[in-house]
Amino acid sequence: MVTLRRPLMLICLAGTEQVDQTLFLIMFKPLKRVVVTGDTHGNEMSGVYLAKHWLKNPSELQRETFSATPFLGNPRATEKIVRYVDQDLNRSFKTEILTSSSEGDELYEIKRAKEINQLYGPKGSTQTYDFMIDMHNTTSNMGACLIVDSTENHLIMHMANYVQKNYTLAKTPIYLYKLGDEESYAIDSICKYGLALEVGPQPQGVVRADALKHMRGLVNSVLDFIDLFNKGTAFPAFEIEAYKLLAREDYPRSSDGEIMAIIHPHLQDKDFDPLNPGDPMFQTLDGKDIIYEGDTPVYPTFINEGAYYEKKIAFAKMEKLTFSIPAIQAQTE
Amino acid sequence: MAFCHVDHELAPVRRVAIFGGTHGNELSGVLLVKHWLENSAEIQRVGMVVKPFLTNPRAVQKCARYIDCDLNRVFDTEHLSEQETEDMLYEVKRAQKINSIFGPKGSDDAFDLIFDLHNTTSNMGSTLILEDLNDDFTVQMFHYIKLALSPASCPVLLIDHSNLKYATTRSVAKHSVGVEVGPQSHGVVRADILDNMRRIIKHGLDFVELFNSGKEFPPCSIEVYKIQEKVDYPRNEAGEIVAFVHHHLQDQDWQALKPGDPVFLDLDGNVIVYDGDYTVYPTFVNEAAYYEKKQAFIKTVKVTLTAKCIRSSVLNQE
Ligand SMILES: [Zn+2]
Repeated sequence: MVTLRRPLMLICLAGTEQVDQTLFLIMFKPLKRVVVTGDTHGNEMSGVYLAKHWLKNPSELQRETFSATPFLGNPRATEKIVRYVDQDLNRSFKTEILTSSSEGDELYEIKRAKEINQLYGPKGSTQTYDFMIDMHNTTSNMGACLIVDSTENHLIMHMANYVQKNYTLAKTPIYLYKLGDEESYAIDSICKYGLALEVGPQPQGVVRADALKHMRGLVNSVLDFIDLFNKGTAFPAFEIEAYKLLAREDYPRSSDGEIMAIIHPHLQDKDFDPLNPGDPMFQTLDGKDIIYEGDTPVYPTFINEGAYYEKKIAFAKMEKLTFSIPAIQAQTE
Repeated sequence: MAFCHVDHELAPVRRVAIFGGTHGNELSGVLLVKHWLENSAEIQRVGMVVKPFLTNPRAVQKCARYIDCDLNRVFDTEHLSEQETEDMLYEVKRAQKINSIFGPKGSDDAFDLIFDLHNTTSNMGSTLILEDLNDDFTVQMFHYIKLALSPASCPVLLIDHSNLKYATTRSVAKHSVGVEVGPQSHGVVRADILDNMRRIIKHGLDFVELFNSGKEFPPCSIEVYKIQEKVDYPRNEAGEIVAFVHHHLQDQDWQALKPGDPVFLDLDGNVIVYDGDYTVYPTFVNEAAYYEKKQAFIKTVKVTLTAKCIRSSVLNQE
């Protein structure tokens, strides 16, 4: 059976084990309390500048059925134009961290995570905000990527589908980041629902007008969807292609941890294209190629992301899958 | 056959260094220098010693541009002669060390030639930076490299300017070459950018080898972009940036910017245009490291430089 995230009502028209998603209509509560953050990583500048702009003038975030609230997640990192001060904020939202005792010598991002959790969570409680948009940039050629935890999150899959159909100035692939039963450590996991936007390529610390335009277009499209949804629009079932995280690939390293080979020129900028068995992945400075030796094609993403060298990730390996998503509608009073 | 006038004979160039990691997050040079420290066969040439050197190892370790201050701005007399103290800035300490190994700057003992390897987030391609327009040897080398790389372009930026010239790391040598290759994000290494940088070094070293062997280089001229003025982002009273590089200017390094062309764009959609009187050629457009230096791009003008015929004096000595 399908597992549903927070369905209020499930109308099942067929009693068979073979579930036909087109036969479902899943009802959700409207999304009224919505927040937008842009500086979870202080050197990813599209979100930093948009969030600051909206703090001064939030009219762009208003819709008939709700108004989204902008906030700054990591102001100290933003001021220093660095990803983080003490540790990655977007890895700091596990329940274990959020409920840890508050000793005086806490790391800045842990303190911030707890503050943000108090404001828009607490994670897992009934008081949480309904939805969070989290804006990011990448040095990888990922276009205007939509990062969703899993396709079981039907409401967010409808949102992603809507954005794909309505924002067509960039490629908008769907990245499913949930790996196994791992609890999400991301900032948007404290709200009922979340969507991270990952726009690239853009160097860290740089604002590119094109990336900013895409980010802004995505946010507006998401807000438009929520407004339609809140008004009671029925969204029919559909099939959609998405990329699901399989594993992360590190650079080849020497025994002392130094990178021994770099991303192969044939792989650079090829995010979401297939990497077939036998294709080159890395190149040494002596000109030797290191090839992909898997049995099946994978779809690399986050290829050569600047922030992931320290995380020992040269790229993320994804599989491309097709999902069928049932119809949804907001439960209006 | 025309021969160089005896006045144009220059001393051979025997001691050469290649610097990487002057900015620790510009990774093409960092990786190339680390590679050559392990295996230098690729950079050795007859009749000269070529020394690869990592100039700012702590910044490289942290993958940061610098630790305390920009190493590529402190090779002036004031910093190089500063008394060593406990709280001396790390980069000033390094500058003095580098000056003692490869200098002293301005002395006969200084290295003959230093290449300093940099990356930029700007779309500057394979750029060579010239410090002294009267340095015939270096102008001849740039002419040689440009020819070797053609039809690929290899712009030359001339930073000879009364106010805008800065005290570079490479300036400890008698001849200095800045190599600036982009676009590449800081903290990232791209194979294509690394390869472009590598080609410049190959041709540069080939030129020195030919020169040392006694080859005569006839008079030549090259087109260069002479630095003229820095342009900052529009800012509010608090100093915050309120408009960004316009998408028509983004990635258009070295392309003509005419009066009335868009330069900046703010978040309300207002466009700020270039209001100068004449065409300029912007470069270092939207370089990440220059936000803190209050520089959105620099304006340059096109100038033609000529170099005299040069020949190494080595043959006469033998
Ligand atoms: Zn991020």
